[in-house]
Amino acid sequence: MKALVWHGKEDIRCDTVTDPEIEDERDAIIRVTSCAICGSDLHLFHNLIPAMLPGDIMGHETMGEVVEVGSGINGKLKKGDRIVVPFTIFCGECEQCRRGNYSCCETTNRKKELAEKVFGHTMAGLFGYTHLTGGYPGGQAEYLRVPYADTTHIKVPEGLSDEQLLFLSDILPTGWQAAVQCDIEPTDTVAIWGCGPVGQMAIRSAVLLGAKQVIAIDCLPERLGMAEAGGAVPVNFLEESVIGRLNELTDGKGPEKCIDATGTESHVSFAQPDTILDRAKQMMMLENDRPHVIREMAYVCRPGGILSIPGVYLGLDDKIPMGHIMNKGLTIRTGQTHVNRWTDDLLRRIEDGQIDPSFVITHTMNLEDGPEMYKVFRDKQDSCIKVVLKP
Amino acid sequence: MSYITDLTTKISRSEGDPKIISTGPSSLSAADKLGKALGWFSFGLGLAELIAPGQITRALGMEGKETLVRAYGAREIGAGMLCLSIDRQLGLWNRVVGDGIDVATLLTGMRSNNPKRDNVMLALAVVLGVTALDVLAAQTTTRRHRRNGAEPRRYRDRSGYPKGLQQSRGAARDMAHAMAPASTRALTHKNSSHISA
Repeated sequence: MKALVWHGKEDIRCDTVTDPEIEDERDAIIRVTSCAICGSDLHLFHNLIPAMLPGDIMGHETMGEVVEVGSGINGKLKKGDRIVVPFTIFCGECEQCRRGNYSCCETTNRKKELAEKVFGHTMAGLFGYTHLTGGYPGGQAEYLRVPYADTTHIKVPEGLSDEQLLFLSDILPTGWQAAVQCDIEPTDTVAIWGCGPVGQMAIRSAVLLGAKQVIAIDCLPERLGMAEAGGAVPVNFLEESVIGRLNELTDGKGPEKCIDATGTESHVSFAQPDTILDRAKQMMMLENDRPHVIREMAYVCRPGGILSIPGVYLGLDDKIPMGHIMNKGLTIRTGQTHVNRWTDDLLRRIEDGQIDPSFVITHTMNLEDGPEMYKVFRDKQDSCIKVVLKP
Repeated sequence: MSYITDLTTKISRSEGDPKIISTGPSSLSAADKLGKALGWFSFGLGLAELIAPGQITRALGMEGKETLVRAYGAREIGAGMLCLSIDRQLGLWNRVVGDGIDVATLLTGMRSNNPKRDNVMLALAVVLGVTALDVLAAQTTTRRHRRNGAEPRRYRDRSGYPKGLQQSRGAARDMAHAMAPASTRALTHKNSSHISA
């Protein structure tokens, strides 16, 4: 089969690889009908996340048709079923899964000793990601083996297109969880840093959850335009002071809720000197992330507010303003998305016409175009916001 | 040390995972690969200049400029790191500027009373050759990775709300406190079909 394979830093290739096979009774094989490139794939592309190996298959936003099931699936899936594959693999049986904390599943990370050594405890296995999370082959391929497939799936109806459903795999529930973590009140202003795909979903989620005002912060006109279409007030941080504008829009009090949909690779600019220092330290492996947004959120957030962080962070960071966070009584909520905690509800909302996530797709290409599209997406060329690939 | 050894030995692909049969074209262009190669060259040259400036100045008949050579070594290492990073263009243009400084410095060694004048000429030829590669790589990678000059699309028709923005405001207010600890258990039972009892 064809698959997008990681060969090293900035080196993705569309290779021919052996087909996946059933390895466990709870496995299923799907024929991939659509997959997407995620912002967090770019962290792997840039080799910022440790423990990738040349030959690893990329991709964790995938959907398709079941073509083979293991003997332990017990009728929960059958050949021909149309499913979206959540990026978090979960068993449904461990203590964390029973609490709905699927991204903290204690069972599915097949390299949990690594995760325990690095993070203190294991977390769920993830598709197409580092070997710290199991090193499972990803779904930017013609076929995908889905481990724990009896639980790790979202069955979807025929009446909706792939484009409407695909993002149940990651970015829609991720943006949704980010907004839900904010405990949004009807009087709240929600400020969202980063208007990439997750930021766009967080904007729509905050609007649906009833925020009084949503403010979107980015520097790319195409992303700010899309954010404005979703009901947000756009703020271009290269053209105006974020702190000044946020205070202006909230009568000097600051937003009650702040969402960091940027993560480890925040924009580097001379207007924000800390980002240059972070970039230099990141290059010399003295710091893992560029946490400019966390610093800015902690500074501008209204006392008693919530900082929600769906953006991916990798490791150890410098100059996190704990004094601001402590003295202002801020709450931080973060984590990989517990995808299936939200997807039944979100599927209903898609069917009900409350949201159509396909709005975010700007490029639809063949799988073979994947390596070039990684570059286009990374370099933000051709007004690219979200790439869907068709195997 | 055993901690690191332990970690590295555990990072290996699982037996049943798909294996590469044949490989396709890379997302790295020829210019990117040239830029990376120049980065390693820069790094190596920089180390040599830092470690052995005396040998370099003696070979060029430019004794007394060891501190300057060390400073150039630091510059080369910085440029090399940038060339090997995703900010490659910055590193390559940094190298082009550095090449100009190197040429200017070498020209001071072309005086007629320098017994190592031939070595200086050879060094100048090498630097000029590498400069041509640096300029080529810098121009090509800058062109390949820059955002288009065309006006960006604004996507102002892409609200994502089939029923319209106004009707969508607050449509999911019932879920606004779904993360609150007290309701977590009720939420997971209510909203997921994958919980085992």
